Parts: sequence; structure tokens; C-alpha cells
Amino acid sequence: MNIELRGISKRFGAVLANDAISLAVPPATIQGILGENGAGKSTLMKVFSGFIQPDSGQILFDGEPIHIASPADAIRLGIGMLHQDPLDFPPFQVIDDFLLGRPGGLIPDRKRALREFRELSARFDFSLSPEARVASLTVGERQQLEILRLLWLGAKVLILDEPTTGISQAQKEKLFAALRRLAAEGMTVFFVSHKLEDVRSLCGRAAVLRQGALVGAMEAPFDDERLVRMMFGKEVPLAEKTRPAPGKKVLTIKTGAIDSLRLRVKDVNLEVRAGETIGIAGMEGSGQDLFLRACGGLVEPAGGQFCLDEDERPMNGSTYHDYMRSGVTYLPAARLEKGLVPGLSLSEHYALAGKPRGVFIDRAEAQARSADLIASYNIKGRPDSAVESLSGGNQQRALLSLLPSASSLILVEHPTRGLDIESTIYIWGKLKERCAAGTAILFISSDLDEILQYSDKVLVFFAGKVSPLIDTESLNVQKLGELIGGIGWETLKEAARA
Amino acid sequence: MTGDALLFGLSGVLSASAPLLFGVIGETITEKAGVSNLAMNGMILLSAMGGFAASLATGSLALGFLAGAAIGAAVAAVVAFTSITLKQSQVAVGYVLAMLCRDLAYFLGNPIMGMNGPRLTLLPIPGLSAIPLLGTLLFRHDIVTYASFLLIVAAWFYMERTRPGIMLRGLGENPRAAYIRGANVHRQRYAYTIAGGAIAGLAGPIYSLSVKAGWKGTISGLDGIGWIVLAITIFGGWKPFRAALGAYFFSLLQWLGLVLQPLMPNVPSQVLQVAPFPLMILTLLLVNVGNAEWLERSLARLPEAVRRDIARALSALNATPPAALGVPFDEDD
Amino acid sequence: MRDSKSTRLVFGAGSVVLALALTTAIIALTGNDPIAAYRNIAQGAAGSPNVAANVVVSWVPLLLVVSGVLFTFTVGLWNIGIEGQITLGAIFATWAMRLLQDSAMAPGWVIAASIAAGILGGVLWALLAGALKTFGGVNEIFGGLGLNFVATALNLWLIFGPWKRPGVASMSGTLPFAERLWMPTVSPQSRLAPVPLGLALAAIAIAFTLLKGTYFGLRLKAVGRNPTSAYRLGIPTWQHMMLSFALCGAFAGVAGAVQVTSVYHRLIPSISSGYGYTGLMVAMLVNFSPAAAAPVALFFAALNVGAIQLPIVLKLDSSLAGVIQGFLVLFVLVGNGIRTRLLARRKGAL
Repeated sequence: MNIELRGISKRFGAVLANDAISLAVPPATIQGILGENGAGKSTLMKVFSGFIQPDSGQILFDGEPIHIASPADAIRLGIGMLHQDPLDFPPFQVIDDFLLGRPGGLIPDRKRALREFRELSARFDFSLSPEARVASLTVGERQQLEILRLLWLGAKVLILDEPTTGISQAQKEKLFAALRRLAAEGMTVFFVSHKLEDVRSLCGRAAVLRQGALVGAMEAPFDDERLVRMMFGKEVPLAEKTRPAPGKKVLTIKTGAIDSLRLRVKDVNLEVRAGETIGIAGMEGSGQDLFLRACGGLVEPAGGQFCLDEDERPMNGSTYHDYMRSGVTYLPAARLEKGLVPGLSLSEHYALAGKPRGVFIDRAEAQARSADLIASYNIKGRPDSAVESLSGGNQQRALLSLLPSASSLILVEHPTRGLDIESTIYIWGKLKERCAAGTAILFISSDLDEILQYSDKVLVFFAGKVSPLIDTESLNVQKLGELIGGIGWETLKEAARA
Repeated sequence: MTGDALLFGLSGVLSASAPLLFGVIGETITEKAGVSNLAMNGMILLSAMGGFAASLATGSLALGFLAGAAIGAAVAAVVAFTSITLKQSQVAVGYVLAMLCRDLAYFLGNPIMGMNGPRLTLLPIPGLSAIPLLGTLLFRHDIVTYASFLLIVAAWFYMERTRPGIMLRGLGENPRAAYIRGANVHRQRYAYTIAGGAIAGLAGPIYSLSVKAGWKGTISGLDGIGWIVLAITIFGGWKPFRAALGAYFFSLLQWLGLVLQPLMPNVPSQVLQVAPFPLMILTLLLVNVGNAEWLERSLARLPEAVRRDIARALSALNATPPAALGVPFDEDD
Repeated sequence: MRDSKSTRLVFGAGSVVLALALTTAIIALTGNDPIAAYRNIAQGAAGSPNVAANVVVSWVPLLLVVSGVLFTFTVGLWNIGIEGQITLGAIFATWAMRLLQDSAMAPGWVIAASIAAGILGGVLWALLAGALKTFGGVNEIFGGLGLNFVATALNLWLIFGPWKRPGVASMSGTLPFAERLWMPTVSPQSRLAPVPLGLALAAIAIAFTLLKGTYFGLRLKAVGRNPTSAYRLGIPTWQHMMLSFALCGAFAGVAGAVQVTSVYHRLIPSISSGYGYTGLMVAMLVNFSPAAAAPVALFFAALNVGAIQLPIVLKLDSSLAGVIQGFLVLFVLVGNGIRTRLLARRKGAL
């Protein structure tokens, strides 16, 4: 089927998210859609999958204009969308999740659904148990389930939104194999990503969006440099890597263990020194988030010793507030849920975080402090702006500006998730400034490039297992991707022994 | 106590549970769709009064039940409008309606207070009711008690086995995922809130036309039932069978309170009558304490084997509400 | 449409009109004359200095309760248990009275001790609900309601048991205290006592100052808006929740003690008289703003007192007051919803 997007425009308030985008895609193609966060990829795909209606423009299948009124309409027309956060029902059995949404009688035909589910998963070499709970699957497996579901519904066009985030190298390879096979069978696949690497290895064609406009298209083999230029509009200056001299011990963990109902992390041995940046890699749910929280007292360790500072002061049994008093702070990924207080203004946040003396609020002082911090962190907002009215990048800056000036250790979840390149560089600039002043940083990220770019050492988690610290110099995306998928751990141990 | 008295007592527990079951199943359906209807307490009072009044005026029991269901549906429609369309706090709306409907029931029911009216008669099932023990226990009831048995099974079957029922569970779990699967989230949430309200609204006339026949204003003894219904819904973990268990357990305790009263002549009857409420707190404690952070912290210090066992026991008791309960849904963000 | 004072005013007035219209329709539905009902309420609330004084007498506990729930609302909690906290305040106050009434202590000190005991009772009961919430995960609405019923039972047990009148226990409560231990009133005929009124006004002033001007109030607000973020910002979350429960319980305890020492001079079965539930309604109606709480509480008190005569004069149930109040709060909520919807739509169209 020939697919054509013709002159798609969509405006949100002052932002022109899609500016007359036109794109024609021949059948049996994997079409990459590249662009930075905020470039308009999501809007375009939302239009294509029926979530939003464009202000103007149309979509044509084999030259015939089609109207997509809703996501359900889209799938009826054969357009299946795989969302970045899988849209499924965690407490459901896999088979219920699979069969829900397929039109039919009052009582679904479970037997037939089961049979066809097994046939489909065998075809793509996916091994999913139809009786398992969706909640027990990894992100990669939930993707597989969703792909099977869309195919079962008769999808002829598949749209994947940033599908390689949070999945292992092995799962990625399996996904790519499945997509190649589908394309070979005549399907059209739209692969939306900001990762050049993925697009290069998978797609036959690529289109690049920047600031809402289609700035270029290319066919494989790609000219990387040109693609990058199209994506960013200019060369992206990446900060020079500097290696700090290791300082005093900040955090020491000996045979640390953390327990949750679903996972047990054990035998963590780690030493973090002042000025170091340590990136933690792993598929979602491998235990790294649990571990990071334990490093800040947000989760109680089940065993081992968690100690702070050069004198290895034991911290087991301490709360996050005890850690805070020792100079440890935690930056969550869910900024409005776990970091900022919606409904409160920036200056109220500064008043709260500023360890105030006295009983009555000193409005003038809070105002002045806010103006200061807003200027020095380059936040687009006013002291009386409610935090939820800020953009994601500005919220992250606000969180950074709230950090106490003397931190010994900052624990960060996904420092730049969902941010555009400019904010990413800015945020890391600020974090690295703190490293230079002697703060250690421990961060988790599902973006392997981010880990390789910014950390001095890397810790890898796989199903609760923890690697020794690995020098970033000895890693690349391929190798790290294998490690988070559980491959190559034997050599790792040998290397550590040697 | 003689065996017969015990049997009749237990049979009475089953029929006294009928209104609770309608309330709990109605609320479970509503909450599964992602809306909580906290107006329950006032709603049951108003539908009890309204059902009795309608049946008194028309002489028809059926119209009494219809009126009860209609009142429940109407109150639920207000809940749906304010929380789904206007996105107001469901707790605030529920609380106001609970108060308002209660006062409306007392105000409008004033003229019919204490009047004699129609009530349901027993409908022993021929043949089955003659079975020793079981016959008395299960097959000598009025029609609403039989209906309450069916309701549990029907609700379970609908939610677990039918296509729209599975979608209902999906609505409260992840409305966006339900939306991409073709559900009109707002319309369905409206429909289930109103349907759940109608089912729960039947609890009122079941009281005023059967279990506690008549309307006696503030001394009807119905004030508080709605809150118990909401608590049982939580205890029931949003599952029909577990919810039914909760309702029966509650009625059993209430009955025990009555039976035991003569043994404690010094305790005023009012005291035993409130016994279910601290029990309600206790059961909610059991269901929820597993989520408490301090418990997690103290558990972490126990040896692993013990910890696992306790954690498993708590998680078996634990009830997880629908993930999107009380969360408004927008199609396009 | 703009989000201005005047639009808010229009919506507020609209809510009042709608509430009255619906109440009128409902009175007419029962075959009664709405005008006569309203006139009766108005006369019952302002027809004579005596009834006006009664309105103020009933304003006192309501204002105390509203001051209390402003704290729990700010920290994001529905302290429905306040009804039981009033009752416990009354029980503790009565207890102190019974202990001290035959002592040589000056009446003023006995009354003061009794109010202090009332505070203790209210705080303890509130902390119980708070502990169930913070340590047991029991939603404060259910925990609070359960505790309300327990408080009522405890009250009845005391009145019919250990504290019963000599001879026969009755629904009219315990034996009244000696007259010298009654809270002084403005005149011998009046029930209006200046000290409780002063306490109530002080309570709302304290609530206003703490919530609007202090770091404590700001921290409560942060915890109420998002406890997780507040904790991460360094605010001890559960401590603030418990503290606001305690504050609320303290004000409720004063209300209960005032009912005992200055209004009834004894413990009666329904000592809390629904002030807690009404107080929550008032707080919702003023959208949790302390400034508007006093006049709205006065209006609600006037409705409650004014409706007392309805059953005798017009054979109407006095719950009509609650009906008007309920409709009022409901329409204000609906009005808020419509207003924010219209504002959002306007923003979207920009």
C-alpha cells in the first residue's frame, strides 16, 4: 500500500507542532522518522493514529483520502500504533489484554484467541505466556504483546514510537528482526526515534523533523553527518570529557542487598568518590531504580552496609531526611509527581527548600532569592509561576536550582528524559559544574548514549544482578546493550578478577 | 441456642445481606469504571424513603423498587456529571451528595414517617425449600434475597467473562488503553456510574420494603449503612465474590451482636449496634497495612524467610484499587 | 470570560439562586408554601434578640470546627472524624467537671480545666484517626466515620452507665453541673457566653494567621498538594499530617467542651449535634479560605437555628436547613467546575 501524508498542519496555542508536513511512503518499507524531542514527531504520529485531528492536510492510502476519527478508527483502517509507554492493562492476564478491543460477540472466543496468539508469537519467535499477568512482563515483552495484538487486529501499517527505550540488545534485535520480516511481507512500518543509530541499522528511508517542519528525507545508505545536521540544524557541541581526580569516599556499599516482592538485588559492592559520575544501566525493572532509592534511604536495604563519607558512617535504617542532612539529594524522573509540588509557585518552593528561620514567611526575601535562582538557572518563568505551568526542561532546571548548594552526592533518575537537546546539554552542564566542585553523581538512564557520554564509570543491572564498576572507556553502545540484556557477564567477572 | 434458632438466624443473615450486596456490587461496578460514588450513604436513605413512598402511593412493590433504582441512578448521574465532565473532586462531590440526600430523605419522608405500607412476602421455592437445613438456609427467602445471590454470580461473570465486562475493568485500570481499543471512555464511565447507582439504589427499597420495612426517619437505623457499603467494597478488593464474603461477614457480626445482647444486660443496645464500625476499621487496616512504609522498613530487618511469609500473607489480604480510580481522562493529551 | 473577581461573584450568586430555586421547588412539591417556610426560618434566626443570640451560640462551635478542618483540608485530609472529636472533647470536659466540681477550686479554674480536658480528648481522638491513616493506610474518611460511631457509643454508655442520673438513666443526659460552674453569660436569661465566642474568634484568627502567613502553613499546603514531593523537599510528611489532625482535634475538643460547659451544662447523647459534618460543608463552600469562613459559618448557623421551629409551626422537618446547605455547596462545586471548564476552553482557543 502506498501511503501519503499531505500537508499535515497542527497548531497548539502558540506552537506550530506540525507545519505542512508531506511524506510519501511506498509499500514494504521501514520508514524512519527522526527528530529531537519536541520536533513534532509525536504530533504527526498522533494525527496518523487518530488521537488528534490535524488543522489541515490529509492522509491518503493508495491515493484515496482516508479519514481517521479516533484510534479505534485507525486500527479499523489497518493503522496500528505502538506507544512508548505500552497502553495495556497491568493486572490483566496476557490473553485478556490481547483479545480486548477486537470486535465480536458478548463472550469472546478464548480458545480461538489462544490458538491464534500462540501461532502469531511462534511466527516472530516471541515467548509470552498467555496466562501470565501483564504486570509481570518486561517493557520489551509488553511491546511484543502489543505488536501481536495489532497484527491480530489486521494492522497493515505499524507505527512505533521510540520503541528501543528501556529494552535490551537481545530484545531489540528480536524486535528489529520482526519488523524486517513484516516489511518483507509488504507492510509499512513507521519507526519514530531520536536515535540515529537505530534508524541507521533498521530503516530503508528516513525523514527528519525539526521544529515542526519536515527538513529532509534520505534513503539508505545514510550520510550520518547530514542527518545530524538536519536534526539539530547545526553541529552539536558536546562537552569535552574531563576526568576528575578521585576525591574522598562519599558512598560505600558492602554486600548491599535490597528486596522487593518481585526482585532481590544482592551483593552490591560499590565505592563512590567525590567528583565522580557513575551511570547505572539496565532494562526497566532490573533493580537499578530500587538500588538508587536505597542509596538515598528511600528504600530500606535488606542487608549489607550502606555508609556515607570518608569515615564510612553506617546509614542502614536511616530515612531520606537523614541522608539529606548528610548532603545526599535525590532527583526523581517524575518531576511533578515526586519532585515539585503542583499548585505552589517557584518562590514558594524556594521558601520551603531554603531551610527558613523564623515562623512567618519572609515574602520579600523569598522573592529576591527566586529572582536570583531563576536567573542563574535560566528558568523560563517568574517567581509566582506555578511549577506545573513550566515546560519539562524548565521544571528540571527548577529541580536543580532547589538542590542545596553543598551536596556530597546527587542521585538522579533519568536526568534528561523527555527533554530537548538544548535542555539536555544545559542540565548536564549544571550537573558537571557540581562534580567539579566535588559532588558525586549517581544516575540511572535508559538512554545508553547518555550513560556513555556523561559517566566516568558504569554499573550494569540485570535481573537483580549487579556488575562491578566498569570503566566507560572500555564500553560502547553495542557492548552495553548486550550487558543489560544479560550477555557477556562471564567475561566481565573474569576481567574484574584479573 | 437451639439448632433451629441458629438456622433461622443464619438464614436471616443471608437476607439481611441482600441490600448490602446490591450496594457493594453497584459500587464495585462504578469503581471498576474508574469513578467512586461516595454519595452512597445519602443515596441509600433517599432511595429507601423514595421506594417506600412510591410503593405506598401506588400499592405496587415493583414501582417501589423502580423508584429506588431511579433515585440511585439520578444521584449517580450527578456524581458522573460533576466528576467526569466537570472533573471536580469525587470525594467532595460524594460527601456533599451524601449529606444532601440524607437531609432530603428526612425532609421529604416526614409526612410518611411510621406509616404502614406494603412489604415483600417470603417466596419459598417449592421442592428445594423442603431440603433439610439447606432448604431453610437458602430457599426460604423473598425475591430480593434470591436476586442478591444471582447478582454476585452475574457481576462476576460479566466482569470476568464477557467482552464489555473485561472492557469495564480496563476503564478503571488504564482508560487510555481502553480508548485505543475502541471504548468511548466518557460515555462508558457515565453508563457504568449510572448503572452502578441504579443497582446500589435498589438497596434502599430492599430495606424499606423488606429487611426493615417502613420509613421511620432518623430512627430507621439506616444512617451509616452506605459508609459500611463503601468500606466493604474496599475490603472486597473490587471482586464480586470477595465483596460478597465481606457483606455476609458483616451481617453475621451484626446478628451475633443482637444474639449476644441478652448476655450483657449492662451494655446499652446502642453500644453493641456500633460494634460493626470498629470492625470495619479493623478490616480496612488488615487490607491496607501492607502498603504502609514503616511496615516495609521494619520487615526489611527481619530474616528473609519470615519476611517472605509475612509479605505473602499481607499481599494476599491486600486489595489494590483500580489504577485510574478517581483520575479524570482526556482523550487528546 | 475572564477569571476575575466579578466572574467568581456571578457564579457564586448563581449557585445561591439555583440552590434556593431547587429548595423552593422541593418545598412546593411537598404541598407546602415555600414563602411561609423561608419566613419561618428567618424569624427563627433573627426574629428576636433571643433567637439571634441562639444563632451566635450555635456559630461558636461551628466556627471552632471550621477553623480546625481548615488545617486538615490544607494538608489534604478529610477529617470526617471531627464529629467524634467533638464528642470526645465533651466527654473529657464532663469528666474533668465531675472530678473537680466538688473541689475547692475556683469556678473559673474548673471551667478552664474542663476546656483543657476537652482539648485533650479531641486531640487524642484525632490522633487515633491520624494514626490509622498514616500508619495503617486506613482512609481517614472510613477511619473517622468508624470512630464517630464509637464515640457516640461511648457517650451513650457513659450516660446510661457510669454517669447516669441518680435513679433512672435517660436520654436527657447526665445530671446538670452546679450552677456556679456554668460558663458566665452576657445576661442571666441569655445562653450567649462571651468567653466561648472569644475562643471561636481566636480560633479562626489563629487558623488564618498560621495558614496564610507562616512556613508551617506553607509546609501543610505542600504536603496537601503532593506529599511525595513535599517529603523529597525535606518536609517531615506524616508528622505534619498528625500535627494538623491534632490541631483540628484541639479545636473540635474546645467545641465539645463549650457545648458541655456553656450550652447544656451536662453531657447529652447527641452532644456533637452534627457540627462536624456541617463544618466540613462550610469549609468546602468557602473553598478552604479562612477569610470567608466566619460569615458563611454564621449563615449556616442561622439556617440551622432558624429551622428548629419548622416542625412545630409548619409540620416540616428541620432537615430543610441541611437541604439548602447541601444544594448550596453542590452548586458551588458545579459552578467551579463549569468556570474552570470555560476558562480552559478559552485558553485552548488562544
